[in-house]
Amino acid sequence: MVKSQQTFGQQLLRYGLYAILGVAALVYLMPLWVMLLTSLKDIEEIRSGTLFSLPGSLNFDAWSKAWSGACTGSTCEGIAPFFGNSFKIVIPAVAISTLIGALNGYVLSMWRFRGSELLFGAMLVGCFIPFQVILLPMARMLATFGLANTTTGLVAVHITYGIAFTTLFFRNFYVGLPKELIAAARLDGAGFFFIFRRIVLPLSTPIIVVCVIWQFTQIWNDFLFGVVFSGGDTQPVTVALNNLVNTSFGGKEYNVDMAAALMAALPTLVVYVLAGKYFVRGLTAGAVKG
Amino acid sequence: MNNPSASLPSVAAARPAARRLSDRFADWLPKIVLAPTVVITLVAVYGYMIWTALLSLTNSRILPVWKFTGTGQYAKLFENERWGVAVENLIIFGVLFILVCLVIGVLLAILLDQKIRAEGALRTIYLYPMAISFIVTGTAWKWLLNPGLGLEKTLHDWGFESFSFDWLVNPDMVVYCLVIAAVWQSSGFVMAMFLAGLRGIDPDMVKAAQLDGASMPKIYRRIVLPSLKPVFFSAFVILSHIAIKSFDLVMALTGGGPGYASDLPATFMYQHAFTRGQMGLGAASAIVMLGGVLAILVPYLYSELRGKKHG
Amino acid sequence: MNTFKTCLSGLALSVACASATAGEVEVLHWWTSGGEAAAINVLKQEMEAAGHTWKDFAVAGGGGESAMTVLKSRAISGNPPSAAQIKGPDIQEWGELGFLAPLDEVAGAGQWDSLLPEVVSNVMKYDGHYVAVPINVHRVNWLWANPAAFEKAGVEIPTTWEQMIEVGSKLREAGFVPLAHGGQAWQDATLYEAVALAEGPEFYRKAFVDHDEATLKGETMVKVLKTFKQMRELIDDDASGRDWNVATSMVINGEAAMQVMGDWAKGEFTAAGKVAGSDYVCAPAPGTADMFTFNIDSLAMFQQSDDSRVEAQQDLARLAMEPKFQEAFNLNKGSIPARQGMDRTPFDSCAHASMDAFTASAEKGSLVPSMAHGMATVSRVQGAIYDVVTNFFNSTDMSAEEAADKLARAVNASL
Repeated sequence: MVKSQQTFGQQLLRYGLYAILGVAALVYLMPLWVMLLTSLKDIEEIRSGTLFSLPGSLNFDAWSKAWSGACTGSTCEGIAPFFGNSFKIVIPAVAISTLIGALNGYVLSMWRFRGSELLFGAMLVGCFIPFQVILLPMARMLATFGLANTTTGLVAVHITYGIAFTTLFFRNFYVGLPKELIAAARLDGAGFFFIFRRIVLPLSTPIIVVCVIWQFTQIWNDFLFGVVFSGGDTQPVTVALNNLVNTSFGGKEYNVDMAAALMAALPTLVVYVLAGKYFVRGLTAGAVKG
Repeated sequence: MNNPSASLPSVAAARPAARRLSDRFADWLPKIVLAPTVVITLVAVYGYMIWTALLSLTNSRILPVWKFTGTGQYAKLFENERWGVAVENLIIFGVLFILVCLVIGVLLAILLDQKIRAEGALRTIYLYPMAISFIVTGTAWKWLLNPGLGLEKTLHDWGFESFSFDWLVNPDMVVYCLVIAAVWQSSGFVMAMFLAGLRGIDPDMVKAAQLDGASMPKIYRRIVLPSLKPVFFSAFVILSHIAIKSFDLVMALTGGGPGYASDLPATFMYQHAFTRGQMGLGAASAIVMLGGVLAILVPYLYSELRGKKHG
Repeated sequence: MNTFKTCLSGLALSVACASATAGEVEVLHWWTSGGEAAAINVLKQEMEAAGHTWKDFAVAGGGGESAMTVLKSRAISGNPPSAAQIKGPDIQEWGELGFLAPLDEVAGAGQWDSLLPEVVSNVMKYDGHYVAVPINVHRVNWLWANPAAFEKAGVEIPTTWEQMIEVGSKLREAGFVPLAHGGQAWQDATLYEAVALAEGPEFYRKAFVDHDEATLKGETMVKVLKTFKQMRELIDDDASGRDWNVATSMVINGEAAMQVMGDWAKGEFTAAGKVAGSDYVCAPAPGTADMFTFNIDSLAMFQQSDDSRVEAQQDLARLAMEPKFQEAFNLNKGSIPARQGMDRTPFDSCAHASMDAFTASAEKGSLVPSMAHGMATVSRVQGAIYDVVTNFFNSTDMSAEEAADKLARAVNASL
């Protein structure tokens, strides 16, 4: 909206605006910047320089070591082998919890029945239960179903504690859809799943994006469930990262730690950067309507 | 989008006799669809809460032992100084974290909504911390806030000798360090929610007010912000959920220290239940924490959900 | 179990025999740092040579906090690992709950009773049966010093805590951080128990093993707490949350002059290519020259349902006590073998000093269990002491009298 007839005052205001936004951006970037710089330095530079001093030369040794050579506990294969584990956990967990959330949200907004609001409220409480509380009873429960320390079990745990949020997202989105659409279809005798598949789901893309981003981030970043419920050789990358950072062979290799941390964060970062636009769009489309 | 009406007539043509039966089934269908979630929630949320409540009435140590000994764990808990610190910290942390996140989120959203050139890039920059867990950024934050390594030292090196920022190692101030890092992580997300809310506002409404001669600040205060009330609700729910569950943050940044000055109920509970072999006490602290949270949240959720009449 | 007996009847045949009944052992541990990981790998190789499968379950960090959480959830789901790194009185707690597997046959055949000092074997037994294998003995009350710093400041390595304070201020004038320390509860407690030990083993035992209330809030304790608090002056401002090995590296690179830490710190010096005696000095913590605070790492064996796993587990116990593993592990970790009567020559001067002090202190009655490292008392009492100690150390306004009073109350409440 930069018009030619802007007054001097307005232009000044505009510069101020950019200045504030720019400074805020620098503040938000600082930790990432420090991590990136550190990962590119060698140990001597880290010891002698400050946090913000630039590395003498671009040095990707730490990155390659973190990827395939650093020791996570007693094996020294870097964090590469663990990415696969994480994806094996995240993909089914996100897909299933999103699908269930969509169905739940659909019921809770368009097929309400007596007490459905109460059920929704009761489900929301699930968002607030601290995860540390449920570790032991959940371990017992998984063992009963023969899922203790399996990837399937871990996926089930993530789904269980993900549906409260996915349901919240979808319900709030569907509440905002025009009622006439569904009412007309119902009058025409269209069934529950028919309306869902043919009318509601095609309109849901924005909220599916929001939901998938949210769930992907939560589950990818999870450490507690990953360390407790995974099997010894199916640990997700966060657990490997923790092991790597806490493993040292005479002096901490901060550059390797930082490189590994950045790599572990890469998938979620990519998702945010690529899908960030749709994220705000999806939120606009209704997720933020109480 | 597909045009659904095109394919509807075939369904409408179903025979009336068959429809009655299927109607009855259709009545039940939504409930059947919801049933698995209800069962899961009943077991994995309420069932485990009851399990924990029962555990808090035992003298369990390293593992649950179901011998009930009454409410002794609660008495112990309330005498425990560290628990007092943890609760006080959660209150300070929770209130500040939610408030600051809301303020920064709203401000950034309003500023970003002024037809900014690099909006996409800026938005991603504000949003990205949400994508990363403190398991990843913990060390970087520890460095930044550490007086001997991070901001304080850097500014000293740049010639600002009098600059002092030692909150991380100061027992009285360390909780504010937690707030800083937590706000950094979540405020971008709040910004995104408000930005979305602003985009959803009818521009004609704002234009009309402008024509009436209202100033921009006044328009925001009187028209725009009030219409974002539902966003405040969603943001509040999400932020309070983050505040209560803050655990990685404390572990990565301070480990609860100095001393136990930055302990939160979640870390208190975890440590007692899992590392200290005081599972009964840990369970009691979980129940108190949960009770406190629900006492604040349930009325709020109730009034908000009730207050809205969605068709 | 029959095959197992036949196996033991001829140790020489054990390799062939074991491979006939190969099983899997899953070992939960947090030996991931420094030489530890290399050390545990020796055991892994031995097990694999014996034909078994080793499933490594390493959960690093936090002094085993995460590892304990994993262990508990595994135990409650009826699926515990074959062996887990548990130590001290906590072994008794697991034994009480009926999780641990007796090792009587291996222990009997290997004559563990004659190989282990009684202090050690008592910890390894539940209800008279061996349920855990001791891997090593750490001495906790060490002072690690950088001699170059002392030379520059023109002072001697302190032998009492009073000297420590004097020497400290001179070191600071010479431009060193006198005492490298990390502000984590267990490190605070490590320093505190070293100060307390200087008041004599009787006092130490009364306070931390017997939890005698009068001792806990008595005058001597107040004095200990005051001295302990004075150590705060010798530490730099940024110590909060620092890891122990980062503190050790401060001594290594000459930034700091001393560190009070167990002998696992030696692994860091060794890894940095430093030589004991010339590049760094290991001295007993001030005032504790003829005393020994022990910290024993052990592998506790959990009951397994599968026969082949039981056999593999018994083999694991046997191999962990063999001189070959005990030597390799302890050379890497900086500690001394739990098994007595082994060849001393591969060990360095600090380890020799530790071995001598171990024997001497056992005779004199000044061999005491470490409180800070969970040998003196169960984790809940230890935790209560941690809380008071670390809070006092970091507080700006708590008096030593107040702290002693809180200590007595906290310990009582956790019993």
